[in-house]
Amino acid sequence: MEILSVKGVNKRFGGLKALNDVNLSIEQGNVHAIIGPNGAGKSTLLNCFVGRLIPDTGSVTFLGKDLIGAKPHEINQAGVSRVFQTPEIFGDLTLLENVMIPTLAKRDGAFTMNAWARVDGQAEIRDKAMHLLEDVGLAEKKDMTADSLSRGDKRRLELAMCLVQDPKLLLLDEPTAGMSRADTNNTIDLLKRIGERGITKIVIEHDMHVVFSLASKISVLAQGTVIAEGQPEDIKGDPRVQEAYLGGAHV
Amino acid sequence: MTTNISPRSDLLMFVLFAAAILTMPLWLAPIGAGYPDLLQKFAIFGLFALGFNLLFGLTGYLSFGHAAFLGIGSYAAVWSFKLLGMNPLPALLFSVVFSSLFAVAIGYVSLRRSGIYFSILTLAFAQMSYNLAYSVLTPITNGETGLRVLQSDPRLFDGASASSGPLISNLFGIEMTGYSGFYFCAVLLIIGFYISQRIFRSPFGMMLRAVKSNQNRMSYTGLNTRPYTLAAFVISGTFAGVAGSLLAVTDPLAGAERMQWTASGEVVLMTILGGAGTLLGPILGAGLIKYFENIFSAYNEQTLHAIFSFLPDFMEGPVVSVASLFVGEGWHLTLGLLFMVIVIFLPGGIMEGFNRISKMFRGKPSRRKGAGRSHAPASANAAE
Repeated sequence: MEILSVKGVNKRFGGLKALNDVNLSIEQGNVHAIIGPNGAGKSTLLNCFVGRLIPDTGSVTFLGKDLIGAKPHEINQAGVSRVFQTPEIFGDLTLLENVMIPTLAKRDGAFTMNAWARVDGQAEIRDKAMHLLEDVGLAEKKDMTADSLSRGDKRRLELAMCLVQDPKLLLLDEPTAGMSRADTNNTIDLLKRIGERGITKIVIEHDMHVVFSLASKISVLAQGTVIAEGQPEDIKGDPRVQEAYLGGAHV
Repeated sequence: MTTNISPRSDLLMFVLFAAAILTMPLWLAPIGAGYPDLLQKFAIFGLFALGFNLLFGLTGYLSFGHAAFLGIGSYAAVWSFKLLGMNPLPALLFSVVFSSLFAVAIGYVSLRRSGIYFSILTLAFAQMSYNLAYSVLTPITNGETGLRVLQSDPRLFDGASASSGPLISNLFGIEMTGYSGFYFCAVLLIIGFYISQRIFRSPFGMMLRAVKSNQNRMSYTGLNTRPYTLAAFVISGTFAGVAGSLLAVTDPLAGAERMQWTASGEVVLMTILGGAGTLLGPILGAGLIKYFENIFSAYNEQTLHAIFSFLPDFMEGPVVSVASLFVGEGWHLTLGLLFMVIVIFLPGGIMEGFNRISKMFRGKPSRRKGAGRSHAPASANAAE
């Protein structure tokens, strides 16, 4: 079943054509990787999915719901969560609070005036948040402020914040950028375990090691256009992909 | 962190706070602050700062026009006296209604922007309110003379009992001046503190702190930040409105100068001085500023000569002339110096100072070494 459908998306920044007639179809349960050289438009495309950018033309449909022009919080409430390239977390709050906030958002919706109950009285929310912190291996640090974490831990925290919402679609923008090899492997294992929950994922990644160990389908983006699409094995040998990455021999 | 504070320690804190406020006439007497007029100011401006802190301390939105709500509360209260009689309860109701309505309108527009632009917008609204009250709306506000209750006003409920004395607000026969006036304000401050404490510990309060921390993440987490900030703004404006009505209850007149930008600035000083984002800090800051205002502005050359009389004559003269710059009319200089010292050495305000001292005694190494962040509310909350 198709969960996200992208049709004819164009986006211009002044004279630069960042996205040129992009068509994508994401199947439910898949891990769909979008790869491509720097400046290919990968992050721009992702931004069009979460309401950060509005494409000039084209449509983005998530489970039959039009995402173009929807507010970021509406898109999230519909079931799309996103991990950013630079971790977006609540730096001043503790790890536990960081994970409880999305849990509450999932339960209570975009706005609830819950000003009389106590946070520590929300046992159910707290347990769920703690459970996710354990999953990503941050349970012991639950009372630390998020700003004091290492980059890798921040990313894992952000992942926990997304997962606790049980999203239908998870967008990962370079989830292992800036991580050591060991951290990267941990994250791959973690993402594989998440895969068992059946969450559909779109991964943007530079690291081919990560891409080929996770993805079930790959789209290659170059200069704003999808130049190749298919199974990891097919993509590996595709001459067009090699040309896009290495610049080709005949230019 | 706040999530680790048990309901029981919160209750203890609340009881201690209430006891401390109600016994203020006793324990403030030795430092010369035990008289009713000043005590009323402590309670009223404590409430004002408490409400301001719900907006600034939690969401980080720095409103520079909160005095507008103070003024609106005062005018609403005086109109309630004029129309309905001198009972303070309808006056409170009036000011709650009007200040929250104004807060919805002003907040709705101002919260479209954040940071410095939000501050400027609120400042602009407050100055507009001030000018409206001062000149344009003279029929409602009585312009620069200020709005007073007159013997000829209808006063629906007590107009019949024609008393010839000065018109003083009274709660079913208890006159709202002196100590009874203070206790009335104190009770409202305690109620305000309880509400503020509930909000601090609630999921709503956690969301407000999330607004301060990262609005971007909030929207991508499925939360609509605008209603959260608007709710905080309205609650905070209503606190200010109640404080304004208490000013009118203890002294039934309202003037436009109450809305001026200096008054808005004062509540910012109070909150930062005490510790933004902490529960008790703003009340401490308000008390300190009002105390300094009353004590230092009362000093004059004679009192200084009396203080420095132990010095030899050739020194006494210069010392007194330098010191006199900082008292009387110049007490703002003392305040400025104090403010600088606090902001430079204790960016988290007085509450951060208390926390450092209590950590020193417990011999516990500071958990958050990176507390160099300005107005570190997280660390200040820890010891509450």
